[in-house]
Order: sequence, then structure tokens, then C-alpha cells
Amino acid sequence: MKRSKRFEVLAARPVNQDGFVVEWPEVGLIAMNSPNDPKPGIRIEQGRVVELDGKRREDFDMIEQFIADYAIDLEVAPRVMAMDSVTLAKMLVDVNVPREEIVALTRGMTPAKIVEVVGHLNVVEMMMALQKMRARKTPSNQCHVTNLRDNPVLLAADAAEAAVRGFDEQETTVGVVRYAPFNALALLVGSQTGRGGVLTQCALEEATELLLGMRGLTSYAETISVYGTEQVFVDGDDTPWSKAFLASAYASRGLKMRFTSGTGSEVQMGYAEGKSMLYLETRCVMITKGAGVQGLQNGSISCIGIPGAVPSGIRAVLAENLVTTMLDLEVASGNDQTFSHSDIRRTARMLMQMLPGTDFIFSGFSAVPNYDNMFAGSNFDAEDFDDYLILQRDLMVDGGLRPVREEEILAVRRRAAQALQAVFRELGLPPIEDEEVEAATYAHGSKDMPPRKVAEDLQAAQEMLRRGVTGLDVVRALAKHGYQDIAERVLNMLKQRVSGDYLQTSAIITADFRVLSAVNDPNDYRGPNTGYRLSGARWEEIKNIPQAIRPEDFDV
Amino acid sequence: MEINERLIEQIVTEVLRAMGEPAAVPPAPATAPATAEVELVLKEKGPAAQGPADEVVIGVGPAFGTRLRKTIVDIPHAVVLRELMAGIEEEGLKPRVVRVRHTSDLGFIGHTAARLSGSGIAVGIQSRGTTLIHQRDLQPLNNLELFPQSPVLDPETYRAIGRNAARYAKGQVPEPVPVRIDQMARPKYQAKAAILHLKETELVQPGAPPVELEVSFKPLN
Repeated sequence: MKRSKRFEVLAARPVNQDGFVVEWPEVGLIAMNSPNDPKPGIRIEQGRVVELDGKRREDFDMIEQFIADYAIDLEVAPRVMAMDSVTLAKMLVDVNVPREEIVALTRGMTPAKIVEVVGHLNVVEMMMALQKMRARKTPSNQCHVTNLRDNPVLLAADAAEAAVRGFDEQETTVGVVRYAPFNALALLVGSQTGRGGVLTQCALEEATELLLGMRGLTSYAETISVYGTEQVFVDGDDTPWSKAFLASAYASRGLKMRFTSGTGSEVQMGYAEGKSMLYLETRCVMITKGAGVQGLQNGSISCIGIPGAVPSGIRAVLAENLVTTMLDLEVASGNDQTFSHSDIRRTARMLMQMLPGTDFIFSGFSAVPNYDNMFAGSNFDAEDFDDYLILQRDLMVDGGLRPVREEEILAVRRRAAQALQAVFRELGLPPIEDEEVEAATYAHGSKDMPPRKVAEDLQAAQEMLRRGVTGLDVVRALAKHGYQDIAERVLNMLKQRVSGDYLQTSAIITADFRVLSAVNDPNDYRGPNTGYRLSGARWEEIKNIPQAIRPEDFDV
Repeated sequence: MEINERLIEQIVTEVLRAMGEPAAVPPAPATAPATAEVELVLKEKGPAAQGPADEVVIGVGPAFGTRLRKTIVDIPHAVVLRELMAGIEEEGLKPRVVRVRHTSDLGFIGHTAARLSGSGIAVGIQSRGTTLIHQRDLQPLNNLELFPQSPVLDPETYRAIGRNAARYAKGQVPEPVPVRIDQMARPKYQAKAAILHLKETELVQPGAPPVELEVSFKPLN
């Protein structure tokens, strides 16, 4: 066939680099409303669920058993299960129905009922509902800080910059697992150099992640994955009970944590049992609720290419965020993985969370260029900072970031690298040269850094674990080398786990170490002129991007 | 795949090595032509057993080389296996290939293979190409090195993975194989990866023990 020049142009557009597939409901390659999804229903006898969504207790898999026993309020269930789902959907959108009423009703719903209710909403209605249902009134944002070489000096500088740019949580992970202690250490020192109170995590295999938290090198965790089918749980060597046990291990040490799940993971692992992605994800949200965990990271997360490839998939991703908030959980709402080659498509996908606002709009936004993103790239990266800041300003929406000045960023990057240099020296870790500090100050990514002796670093990192280095050693090292303010901030982070206030739902910590959570900053949205409103100093901050021309610029 | 200088050099080195060491196993990889012009022949030899200390086990997924015969970016499984084995041999150790049948999960494929490996080190690989280096004493979902993005793995990387696995087996602490990431692989390949994994998972036999595979490479003419 002779090619149409227009079709050739279209074929070359970035969006056509994306993968799309038709629905394959038999294996669960369908976003919502699979013909195999169960119909809502519940039967309760003597205070016990004996039938859930058409399945009898003796046929329950372990997920259904867990949900039936721990995640459904049996007082409310008969009433809400008898209500019309369209009525419930309208209540979600109705600004006159308060958040608390929806939360109370959702507690009595089965997974199939929740899916049926949100299935009546279009994306604008879902955004309306999400604006009302998120737990914390003030929206916030999380970032990724990683690099291809696990270079600790660069990690510290990038963490400091990200803190100044406004991220309240920072997540790192490793290219090489054995680097983990250094990554956690660099993120801790860097983030607290940028601003006190930033929460940090290091996503790893669960035992190591918990250990680093217990040592005080990280302050929260979120990569505790739950799944919507039994087989996928078993493949991960886990059960809902083992995950609940792990959650309590974090809580007992005063560490914030949330679970992670997302549409598409079950079909990606090959065991979706023909159910829709949203139905299985709703089971994950309910497992989280049943385990007593305060929050959940979802929004497909690392599987976004799967709902992204099928019809109505991005709507399902928004729906899963909404379901999380309906169950009164903190939501860290995804947007954290490369989603599309198309700038139009990746922006449209992100607006679903940015416009209504969530507890963490991104989980996270790559604070480094995507080539350095060890979560395999995020939907937005460091090269999108200015676009995002201008979207905040255009739409008068608080996306959690603030405009910054170059000289301010250079100063804080240098200081973070120097502080880490001092900590490394004090802890007897392989030296950080002045040349590395200089490079990290001005770097965009790891390509701008001199190489380190990796094998030496890896041995020292393992040795650091064996020696039992803790957050207190970091405080001591910082104080000894004249970084009194950073030492105090790190110490304050350690104190948080004694007070435990930041274990409340949707907690973040402000620069003056005040905890902001759903308890003391509850979302009270009830329509226009209520809820979170961008105003005062924060709006001034967002307005004042450095690149805006001022009339006085023309005065001589 | 293009035939580049490095590949030709590798082949020459291998041929020379094979001539100098007639005992080297198996001869096929060394003499086989550069790319896809070999056919992978896998013969099941019964339950896989524990092996000697100078080996690295390669654990392959249920559909590897059978229902699926190439990776997500169309690298033939013959090439993948040949490169992994050659990398192990370059370090003077012996590769042994087993098929893990009870799971399609990479961590468990690798860990199952590591528990069979006399050195305690194994390479685990799924049919779509995702690979890791595992060690017996680690948790199943941990690893020594993980190569999570199948679309960026090329024959050179598979050889380097084999080489590093052998170095761990010798008790060395090698520099990890550089982790390559293509941040746009997800939007382009994830749905395809899911379909490949669904096809592999359909062949999982719950409870079936791993089987020993005899590997040969038959030239295609």
C-alpha cells in the first residue's frame, strides 16, 4: 500500500510508541467490569460473614476470608448493601454529603459493591469525589531520589534540593542491593539539610527495609506489597496475615508505613483469575484496611503500562485512588512510573490526581532526571519541574512544589554533600573527595559525577550494617563536624518514633516538626469556599516564578 | 542483531579456547555462528540434583525454549543460553541448566536453581528475558544482581551476567554488571510482557520438581 503522508506523520508521533492491547477478559486483561467480576452481596449469620459477593465461606480464598473477617463493618453492611449503587455514587459527588458519612457507609461495603458504586462515575465525578474524600486537608507530594550508580554524594545533594523544592516525602532505592545502607544514609542527611521534617524511605526487600528503619536511617516505608489474588500472594511468599504482621513490626518501632498495590499487578504476574483490574485492586485496598494500616500507595504504580494499554484503564487508576480514600486511608496516588511517550498523555493522566489533590499526588515525582531513576523512570522527572510549577500557577492548584532560585539550590546541594562527606569521614566509610562535592553541587545527574570505587563502597556499606550504625551515630557525626542544625533535625526525626504522632493517617512533618495529619488537619471539603483553598503566603509563593517578567525589570 | 567487531572477537577467542581445551563443555557455543542461526535443543533428563562446587546453575522458566523461543525483543533463547553459558565458562566454571516448573516467578526460579547449585550461585531467567543472579543463602525475593527490564538485555549483557555469576561462585566480589534502564520500556513493552508472562504461567505445574536439561545447539542450515 502507498502510505498516506498524514498517516506517516501520525505513526511517528510519540503516542504511537506506547503499547496498546485489546481487552482479554478471560485472563483479566480488562480494567473494569469484567464479565467474571462477582455481583455484590453479603450474608451475615451470628455476627459472621457466611457469604461474600456470591461466594460461600467454605469456598473463600484467604483474601476473601481476611476481608470478611477484618475489613467489613457488619453493623453497617446490611443497610449499605441494600442501598442503590447509583444513589451511593451520587452521594460521593454531592458536596452536601460530608466525607464522614461516605466513610461510614463504605466500611460496610463488599469489594464488588465498591466497584459497582465507583463504576457509575465518570472521571470528572471521580475527581469531585476524590477532592472531598482524601483524608488530609492539605495536599502534598512525594519524590524519588535515586541514581544509576547509587552515588551517595549525588543522592545527598539531590535529596537536599528536593526538600527545598517542597517534597514532604522522599523515596530512594538501589541499583545494587548492597548499596542500600549508603542510599538510606545519604537521603537522610541530604533531606534534613534541605529542610527538617522530610520523611525518607529506602525501598528494598522487606527484611532489609525494616532493619534500616529500625536503625533510624529511614523514617517510613511504603513498598509492602499486597495483591488481589491468592496465587500472586503465594508467589510473593506471603499472605495478608504476614503483611499485617510486618505492618505491626513497623508500628511497634514507631515507624510510619503504608502498603502498596495497584491495578494490573495480578494480570502482570499471570494470576488475575479473569477478574477486572479494579475489582482485584479493591480487594487490595480492603486488605490494607483490614490489616489496620494507615495508608496505601496505589494508582497502578509499576504496572501502569497494563491499565494504560486497555480501554478505560486510566479511569480505573483514578478509581482505585478514590476507593482508597473512601476507606479512610491515606493515598499516595501513583504517577510514579513512566507511563507514556506522549507529553499530552502523561499530563492528562497526572491531572486526575493533581487537580483534586491527594495526600501525595505523586509517589513519587522523579526529583532526578529519568535516566537516573532506579524505579525505571517516573511519569514526571526533574526536567518537568518548571512545567509543573507553571501548571500550579496557571490553574491555581497546590501541587506541593515551590519555585526556587538557582543560587539557593546550589548552596543547599553543596552543604548536603559536605555534610555527608563529614559523616562518611566520622563513620570511617570510603572518603568523599572535595572533587565529588563540587561535582554534586552542579550536577544534573550521575553522568556529571566522577566514578567511585564501587566494590570498596559495597564492602563498607555491608560493614556499616554489621557494625550496627544507627541514626544516633549520624547525629553525633554531624554535630562533631559543625553541622549542629542538621544534627538536630536528624535527632528530631528519631524522636518522632518515640512520640508516634506521625503514625496517624496521612501524616507529614512540617519544617518546625509539627505533625500534619488527618487528625489535626482533616479534610472538611463541602463544596465552594470550603476545604483546602490556595491563598495567602502559599499562593504568593506559587505565583512568583522567577521567569515571570516584572514591570520594574524595564526601569533603568 | 548486528554482527559487530566485539562479537567476532568473542567468537574467535572462544574457538581458540575450545581448540586449546578440548574438555571445555559444551563445544557447540564456541563453534556456533554469531546470531540466530542455531537452534536450541533442550532434552529433559529427569529430576535435577545437587551438583559439584565448580558449577553455576542456570534456572529457566516453564516455557523457555519450548512454547516461547525468544525474548521480548526477539533474541532467540538459543543465543541467550549460549551467552550465559559462555560467560560462566570464561571464568572456568561449568554451567548446568535446569527447568523450574512449579513457578514462573523470577525470584523463586533463581532461588530454586541456587539451592541446586553446588556453588550456591545461580542465574534465573524467565522466557521474556528477565534475569537475576541468586545465591542459596539469600531470601527468595532478594538477589545478588537483578536485571528487571527484559527489553534492554542484549547478548553481551547475558554473557556478562554469566561471567559475574561465575565470579560470585569463585568467592570473588565482582563489580556488578552495569544496570541499564530504559525508562520508556514500560509504556512500550509492559502489556506485551504481561502477555508473554501469562503464556509462561499457563505452563506452571504446581508442585512439580525442577528437571535437568541437556542443552545442545544445532546449527540451522
